[in-house]
Amino acid sequence: MTTVTASRVTRVPLGRLVRVELSKTVASRSGEWLLTALGLALVAVVAVTLLVGDAADLTFRGFAEVTSAPLSLLLPLLAILSVTTEWSQRTALTTFTLEPDRARVVLAKLAAMVAVGLLALAAALTAAVIGNVLGTVLRDGSGTWGLRPSEVGDLVLTQVLAVVQGFAFGLLLLNTSAAIVLYYLVAPAVSTVLSLSDALRGTAAWLDLGSASTPLSAGSSTGQDWAQLATAATLWVLLPLGLGLIRLLRGDVKTD
Amino acid sequence: MIVVEQLTKRYGASVVVDAVSFRAEPGTVTGFLGPNGAGKSTTLRILTGLNAPTSGSATILGRPYARLDNPGRQVGVLLDATAQHPGRSGRTALRLDALLMGLPRPSVDEALDRVGLSAAEGDRRVGDYSLGMRQRLGLAHALIGDPQVLILDEPANGLDPAGIRWLRGLLADFAAGGGTVLLSSHLLHEVELLADHLVVISRGRIVADGSRNELLPGAGTLVRAADGTALGRALDAAGLAGTATSDGAWVVAGDQAQVARAASAAGLAVTELRPADGSGLEALFLSLTSDTARGQVSA
Repeated sequence: MTTVTASRVTRVPLGRLVRVELSKTVASRSGEWLLTALGLALVAVVAVTLLVGDAADLTFRGFAEVTSAPLSLLLPLLAILSVTTEWSQRTALTTFTLEPDRARVVLAKLAAMVAVGLLALAAALTAAVIGNVLGTVLRDGSGTWGLRPSEVGDLVLTQVLAVVQGFAFGLLLLNTSAAIVLYYLVAPAVSTVLSLSDALRGTAAWLDLGSASTPLSAGSSTGQDWAQLATAATLWVLLPLGLGLIRLLRGDVKTD
Repeated sequence: MIVVEQLTKRYGASVVVDAVSFRAEPGTVTGFLGPNGAGKSTTLRILTGLNAPTSGSATILGRPYARLDNPGRQVGVLLDATAQHPGRSGRTALRLDALLMGLPRPSVDEALDRVGLSAAEGDRRVGDYSLGMRQRLGLAHALIGDPQVLILDEPANGLDPAGIRWLRGLLADFAAGGGTVLLSSHLLHEVELLADHLVVISRGRIVADGSRNELLPGAGTLVRAADGTALGRALDAAGLAGTATSDGAWVVAGDQAQVARAASAAGLAVTELRPADGSGLEALFLSLTSDTARGQVSA
């Protein structure tokens, strides 16, 4: 048996907790499937755009838009699962006995998910680069590379917000199905309802994360856009994250 | 060393753990015995920081569990062998533990080996494991960090008799090396086999606490005859010291043949002759279990 001197035992560094959480993402079938699906989706959207897109639209920006779309769809699901599977598989028992500081576990999970999101975005932009080059070669596409740094920043912010929102819903509900329904059905439905009436639309800009982050995707953010994004993100991301965290820190770890 | 003091856990009006105090000492295997629903698992969850007590305290190696650094290296915990990710192989699950605890790579194979799982079994998905294999993998999780304390909830559940014998050897070795073991069980004969110290809990309260030898002396014979007084005199005459039970039988420090000879020498027909229950623990435990069973029927 490996000999370990008890006096040398020190706190588990946060970086190691993050690595464990990254490994868990890969070491589960749902994680593997999602990441594989993401890779296939990137290839598919680039191929389809090459086949059917207007030659004039075959630009780096155009490709970046289509390759980041599957990210927005799949990354929040990965983030939801990173939290909820600990409860559905009851591995939370092990996770929280090996690191009793629950806030650190949540922080490590969140950091791991944001890292996965950024890596996925890097992959999506790489796919966009390849698409743009192929578009120039195969379709005589316009092939421009114009994508301002602020636009890249907006892309990053949009993806990170989506990941953190999915994570927050998972943490709030601790149940996969409920979190999926809330993220993919209820939140967009609220968004739609808010945009239906003219009276609500002004308020909606401040409350609806979808419309608040539209200027981001369009790359046209103003000061007011940022303020609206901040209020909407507080309501849809920070509030569920905070409530979920408080419940986890105060309560008993229940897995059944 | 585990020290539990006046631990109480309430859920609304119901008191699940009621002022529980006990110790588990280094070098011993302490069995935490009680019927299902007596509060064993809740106590162990409080002990490992998953549940917060309403009042009272529990410390391991002198500190509350939540204040231990890298607790996997100090306390091995197995709370529920079925609570393992079915999609991962046993080896992958242990590798995640080793990564978190900062253990060298060979510790994974050592841990599998120590609990008797083969390399091929380690590569199988946990979802395909039998309950016995999950218990072994759970023990590997608990042992991999080379801790000084083990906390195991129903570790013998799902093990066959040979597996229980193996577990006894493993825990005895661990304790012989100065380790502290606290294990729970709802089966008296299981705890009798595995533990040298017993703590019995019923409806959230400790009802017995002592060494196995105190609580389960093992020696002694229970004898009964129609005329209990005459039987007492006959036993005295044969030099067999005995004590009368409340229902007129005698518990004697002698084997069954000696007792039978003494009774027949006095011309008494023995109506019951069998090994005595140790200080009534078995009877106590049976009454606890049937109390709970009745409670469930009426509930």
